Amino acid sequence: MTEPLTTEHLIARSIGGDRRATGRLLSLVERGGPEADRIAELTHAGADAGRVVGITGAPGSGKSTMVAALVAAFTDAGDRPAVLAVDPSSPLTGGAILGDRVRMAAVDSTAFIRSVATRGHAGGLALSIPGAVRVLGSAGYTPIVIETVGVGQVEVDVTAAADTTVVVVTPGMGDAVQANKAGLLEVADVFVVNKADRPGADDTRRDLELMLELGHVTGQEDLGHRPPIVMTNSLDGTGIEAVRRAIIAHGDHLRSSGRLVERHRRRARLELATRAGLQFDHRVRQALDSPAMRAAIDDLAAGRLSPGSAMRVLAPLVDPTAR
Amino acid sequence: MLAKLGLDGHDRGIKVVARMLRDAGMEVIYLGLRQSTDSIVAAAEQEDADAIGLSMHNAGHLTLGPAMLAALDDAGLDIPVVIGGIVPEPDVAVLTRAGVAAVLGPGASAEEVVATVRRVVGRR
Ligand SMILES: Nc1nc2c(ncn2[C@@H]2O[C@H](COP(=O)(O)OP(=O)(O)O)[C@@H](O)[C@H]2O)c(=O)[nH]1
Ligand SMILES: [Mg+2]
Repeated sequence: MTEPLTTEHLIARSIGGDRRATGRLLSLVERGGPEADRIAELTHAGADAGRVVGITGAPGSGKSTMVAALVAAFTDAGDRPAVLAVDPSSPLTGGAILGDRVRMAAVDSTAFIRSVATRGHAGGLALSIPGAVRVLGSAGYTPIVIETVGVGQVEVDVTAAADTTVVVVTPGMGDAVQANKAGLLEVADVFVVNKADRPGADDTRRDLELMLELGHVTGQEDLGHRPPIVMTNSLDGTGIEAVRRAIIAHGDHLRSSGRLVERHRRRARLELATRAGLQFDHRVRQALDSPAMRAAIDDLAAGRLSPGSAMRVLAPLVDPTAR
Repeated sequence: MLAKLGLDGHDRGIKVVARMLRDAGMEVIYLGLRQSTDSIVAAAEQEDADAIGLSMHNAGHLTLGPAMLAALDDAGLDIPVVIGGIVPEPDVAVLTRAGVAAVLGPGASAEEVVATVRRVVGRR
């Protein structure tokens, strides 16, 4: 960048619509540390005004294609959407190939799209996603659509950051059943059967309906809301407007039932728990590296000390008030 | 950030480069085929890219390369641009003089590709 800008300047510019400033802020948030805290300090107020929509499902189910179509529909309706497209980092090298933009080429200058690598470190996304959502929210983007591959902790962290979670399944090979096993259906507020142009789409819908009826979707604690099932062909746009409406309807339900407050509270709790957990981990690691602990570890390894006794050495080093 | 600028549809080389960089621990944003200078500028802003790699195979580098630099300049973006593809030696000099940070030929090894990207990013 030509001139170094202070965080305050960047935020002012970002709020004024400068996408470069927004892009820069997102990098700083991703990096974490005091700078990210400072940005959170300056962007947290009112950032929750925007809708946050999580889109999850198996790789290749058409999430990115659908997000592009959905974002276009929101733009047509007068909204100013942004996308966080999350892809996994390689656990071996830490590198990543983030390719979601390929499918979003048609909307990549109207919407704000940001690629995000999971970066592997525990709880990393659980902190950086809420931070990124704050930056985008304070810049006036809504809805903020987060695309993730539907597996594991990342998906859980991301759906926790969303008001509304859309689970994408595709026809064939018991996809709906697989999604159920993966726990994906439990987090769904809206189901999308994408690639509905393919054979078997109606079977997939029936599978989903059956699972909903049989109560397999146990996590659906929100009894006032039965997740709708929307059939889409993201290549020609069929059903996309219905997805947009389903998302809005769910948001309205959250608001009118008071559940939005509850979700925000849960989100706040999770964010704090993650922060506290990371800080605690850090302190444990420091304590383990101390000379006193090294001796205790040696003794534990050699069988001279029991695990319980070693813990009694460790605890006061981590928390001096512990006994 | 890697992209195919222009209309040719060969993306094998650029995908190989994407994997080389990923395997070196970099985060590679792949934009895909048929990008324009405008779409690359928009993506570079949103992604806060540290470097841009363009692949060209239809001898368009002498017009497209400088056009990319001009578009970045217009947007006020100071991001190094590396061009990959079959570029004849005299054209390499022309591009470098025009402000392209580096040119990589089709035979470049993974080490060369990675070292080049590290160098141009580090110089920022
Ligand atoms: N037939 C059909 N193909 C689709 C549809 N949506 C996406 N695809 C294709 O599915 C493939 C994977 O799409 P992508 O959006 O990258 O999936 P993602 O991995 O879930 O993000 C691409 O080849 C898309 O063109 C659809 O509704 N119908
Ligand atoms: Mg995708």
